[in-house]
Amino acid sequence: MIEAQDLSVDLSGRRVVSGVGLKLEPGTITGVLGPNGAGKSTLMRALAGQLASSGHITVDGRDIAQLSYAERARLIAHLPQARIISWPLTVRDLVGLGRMPWQGMSRAFSDRDRALCAEAMAMMDVTDLAGRPATELSGGEQARVLAARAIAQDTPVLLADEPASGLDPAHQMTMMAGLRKLAVKGRALLVSLHDLTLAARWCDRILLMKEGRLAAEGTPADVLTQERLGEVFGIVAHIDHDAGGMILAPVALADREAGP
Amino acid sequence: MSPLRLNLALGALMAILFVLSLLIGPAHLGPITSIKALIAGGDEASRIIMREIRLPRALLGLAVGASLGLSGAVLQGFLRNPLAEPGIVGVSAMASLGAVLIFYSGLAGASLYALPAGALAGAFLAVLILLAIAARHGSTLTLILAGVALSSLAAALTSLALNLSPNPFASYEIIFWLLGSLKDRSMMHVAIAVPLIVVGCALLAATGRALDAFSLGEEGAESLGIDRKRTRFLVIAGTALAVGAGTAVTGAISFVGLVVPHMLRPLTNRMPSSLLVPSTMGGAILLLAADIVARVAVSAHELNVGVVTALIGAPFFLWLIIRSRREIF
Repeated sequence: MIEAQDLSVDLSGRRVVSGVGLKLEPGTITGVLGPNGAGKSTLMRALAGQLASSGHITVDGRDIAQLSYAERARLIAHLPQARIISWPLTVRDLVGLGRMPWQGMSRAFSDRDRALCAEAMAMMDVTDLAGRPATELSGGEQARVLAARAIAQDTPVLLADEPASGLDPAHQMTMMAGLRKLAVKGRALLVSLHDLTLAARWCDRILLMKEGRLAAEGTPADVLTQERLGEVFGIVAHIDHDAGGMILAPVALADREAGP
Repeated sequence: MSPLRLNLALGALMAILFVLSLLIGPAHLGPITSIKALIAGGDEASRIIMREIRLPRALLGLAVGASLGLSGAVLQGFLRNPLAEPGIVGVSAMASLGAVLIFYSGLAGASLYALPAGALAGAFLAVLILLAIAARHGSTLTLILAGVALSSLAAALTSLALNLSPNPFASYEIIFWLLGSLKDRSMMHVAIAVPLIVVGCALLAATGRALDAFSLGEEGAESLGIDRKRTRFLVIAGTALAVGAGTAVTGAISFVGLVVPHMLRPLTNRMPSSLLVPSTMGGAILLLAADIVARVAVSAHELNVGVVTALIGAPFFLWLIIRSRREIF
């Protein structure tokens, strides 16, 4: 479990995240939504301990500032928004990097390391790509391989920054189903998304951010209302329901008539 | 190729070239005489040739080549840039400038240590400036840009020294030294450079794990528990010591750090850490071979080894790029 109180982050003298408090419970997916520049990525990097922040962050009751780099990496996995793969490593080797925080100097792979990597690759549907150079894959395939790396890290907390963007519809489902499996296993997940329907149907709770602050927080049904979407995103959305949950489709900017 | 077989093959090649380097020179000593003179002594002239001329030359070829190969591999991994080389962070250029200033000021005649001291001072100044910049703005791009700026400044000041040099002889000395050579080095040069090179290489070798994590970018590396600041310190201090000390006693030798990792990367699994040991040995192999070529290529006229490495390195590098237009790593 990870908890932050009164978290603020300044980047180059500008306040990017301001007074955010949150609590990620084991077994839940928390979605973070908000317009570009709302501070979602910065919030995640601060929670991962990568940015200096004021306020207080604890993981399983331990102050994050007191943890060593390796300890932190065994508690929190962070999937950055920027999808960087610098060398033509095979998919298998790349996913294997996720085991680094758990390995000793020799970096030898234990049976457990191999099993966790295989499981993560299966979860992200990249097992068939295992022997391919990761740099030669499509963007969506690379996104799933990188997600498998973070999942293989096998941490109680996973912070995933826009894991579903750029994926085809089927693999968006694969991605969210994979994250759901992790939640069922007792992990606490924070996932930033731009797809409102995906967020509404797969997340247990939603944090809505605007200009570095939390504009709203609660269940998808409580947070994703017509009024709030207008306030935070400046849009009008068509909101519907089916057996699986809400369906939200942006249809117009808020200051115009609905419809094309 | 399996990592063990690759390293064994490179190790054997390195040993062969080291011995060849000891056996080749203008004085025609037979192989047996040479080895005897080196180990047991023998007659005065052979002993001096072997122990005071050829041995330091071969040792420096080995150590400087190894440091260039390793620092090239580390910098490429750290900067995630297959075009990175020791020169890119400005250490070589600043080390050269330090040596040139010693020439220009006439201090080179005052002490045998003056020239190496100047080059080391230049290298460390480069490191201090880089650390001051990189500690505040941690991005890789900032480091590269700082290196480019430092190199340009050092090149400009070196040209200025050449322009203003008091006599043609001083200019000639400066130019000759800038071309890089292993000629006429003594065991004193070995004693100055090798300990610093060893410390530098040890710092560089400690980055292997971090370099692999850096394959996923800086944020990715941090999420794997890598301390970016510590890694940056190891890379910069290690490069300064290894390359600075090498440049101090041999002058500027280019392309070894750029080409060797390129040649060897396809033989590894492409993990930056897998490339460190092969590149270290590959650097030594290339420099020892180039130094042998420098001695025998043109009869009665020894070439500068820096010229040879550039002549081998630059076309090879070009060929590499042409051969694999799709990706140069």
